[in-house]
Amino acid sequence: MAASPARIASRRAANAVFVFFCCLFTVLALGALAAILWSLLSQGLAGLNLAVFTKSTPAPGSPGGLANAIVGSIMLGIFAMALALMVGVMAGTWLAEYAGASRYGSVVRFLNDVLLSAPSILIGLFVYELLVAPFGGFSGFAGAVALALIAAPVITRTTEDVLAIQPTTLRESAVALGTPLWSVIRKILWRSASGGILTGALLAFARISGETAPLLFTALNNQFFSLDMSKPIANLPVVIFQFALSAYDDWRRLAWAGALIVAASVLAVTIIARILSREPRRS
Amino acid sequence: MSSAAAPAARANSRRSQAPRGASLEAVFEGLCFAAATALLAALGGVLVSLVIGGWPAFARFGLGFFATSTWDPVQEVYGAAGPIVGTLITATLALMIALPIAGGVAFFLVELCPSILRRPIGTAVELLAGIPSIVYGMWGLFVFAPAFSRHVELPLMNAAPPGSIWEKIVGGIPNGTGILAASIILAIMILPFIAATLRELLMTVPAQMRESAYGLGATMREVVMSVTLPYVRRGAIGAVMLGLGRALGETMAVTFIIGNSHDFPKGIFDSGSTIASTIANEFTEATSPMHTASLIALGLVLFLITFTVLALARLMLRNPVRV
Repeated sequence: MAASPARIASRRAANAVFVFFCCLFTVLALGALAAILWSLLSQGLAGLNLAVFTKSTPAPGSPGGLANAIVGSIMLGIFAMALALMVGVMAGTWLAEYAGASRYGSVVRFLNDVLLSAPSILIGLFVYELLVAPFGGFSGFAGAVALALIAAPVITRTTEDVLAIQPTTLRESAVALGTPLWSVIRKILWRSASGGILTGALLAFARISGETAPLLFTALNNQFFSLDMSKPIANLPVVIFQFALSAYDDWRRLAWAGALIVAASVLAVTIIARILSREPRRS
Repeated sequence: MSSAAAPAARANSRRSQAPRGASLEAVFEGLCFAAATALLAALGGVLVSLVIGGWPAFARFGLGFFATSTWDPVQEVYGAAGPIVGTLITATLALMIALPIAGGVAFFLVELCPSILRRPIGTAVELLAGIPSIVYGMWGLFVFAPAFSRHVELPLMNAAPPGSIWEKIVGGIPNGTGILAASIILAIMILPFIAATLRELLMTVPAQMRESAYGLGATMREVVMSVTLPYVRRGAIGAVMLGLGRALGETMAVTFIIGNSHDFPKGIFDSGSTIASTIANEFTEATSPMHTASLIALGLVLFLITFTVLALARLMLRNPVRV
């Protein structure tokens, strides 16, 4: 059955249209990224100066910065990551080393994947019901727990994945020397998987540092400089939200500067994580 | 002689006792098990706390909570149909916009892209996924909305013939915010997730399948549509549903740009609300216990919708290839 020239031409034409749209859509996606980065840089740099890092959030019309929000965000991030690393690494270790093909293991694995992409605002509601309403007030700790709940599933997943690709011979040779399994895990497996776990932790950190919704109901906000985690604490995302939707130009300028700081740190952390995760594969 | 026997004796005595730290083995395993269970408990806790917190609203309004769209904190009457419909419409529209674009990006990266550009473009698309949601919101409100109003909404509204169905569809206030604007921002946000997963899936297609199709004279479109895409069909559906799950629960970006009105949207340019945006806007300023309970009940609805979608997505993605 010889293909008729007309049919070949129509197939070629259909293909050309298809290729054109593939290229066009890629350009569109890259264009969106460029447009967003451009607005961030042009608007954010305009509002960025030394006072942003040294002064606390101002009343409208008076000079000020984001120092309290930056410090608050860092504190929330540290507490949340400490909690998430403890839970995430242990849970990932259990899934990889102890759970095997057990039924409970596959249930945890499955629900962890669901938790991984659950809407963050619902995590905020849960922590509000758990830690804010019963204890009568918003607090930095509640915010850190909410963020930890978002970060932990990411770390669990990556920990399990990197432990699973460690060679069995590594475990066997250590166990054959009479090492108890838990020491094998701590001293050998965790060490040889540390790069992958670190990558997962960085990705989790990137994910929580821009999170706003869960903090609205937990850490809330604080107009003043505070290091007290048991009280409401200022944080960049909530300040950006509040300032961006305000009617004051100087607040909006600060919101753009804050958005630039958050986005730049998230993107930097993401890129570092990608570089780290690429190294072992190449060697 | 004795110097040679000493290490052997030491080794013997070491062998007879359990290795150092062996007694802590069970403790360590128990801690790991507890951590895994804590994650399970967290997800269960979300569900339980939403059911308990939202119960007063369900008890008072019954099924009317889902069917009516009056949301009136002053009269203490809460019907959630507006936000629920808004959530479903924006997520569906976002998916319809994002899907062809994400497919295009994935096909481009796998089939067309020169290998030197593959990594930079792939990374750039994934950076789009890393931008925090609140930044999308600000960009949407201050940069996208004015342009959208000027170049899309006004021309379309002017072009719609009066009295036609088109006039109804493009109804609303042309200020750049509203249902369609929120859907477009959502689409930009979920696009990199779908594109990246789809690309990983397409990379798993055995080279022989692609090569034999090309060898038979198939065009690129035919290879993608009839060979590689069907090969990863199941995973691709999972990837799409993962994107849908994200769109359903996305909060901050939508809150900025959807216009926050509790009524049914009358057209694609009209303002509306989603479940997440309603909670974000009102929760800390809720005026009464019933208001709070209704917001938490809304949260439960969102939980059930996203849980179903995400669970299906994970089931689809799990079996053939693990992404």
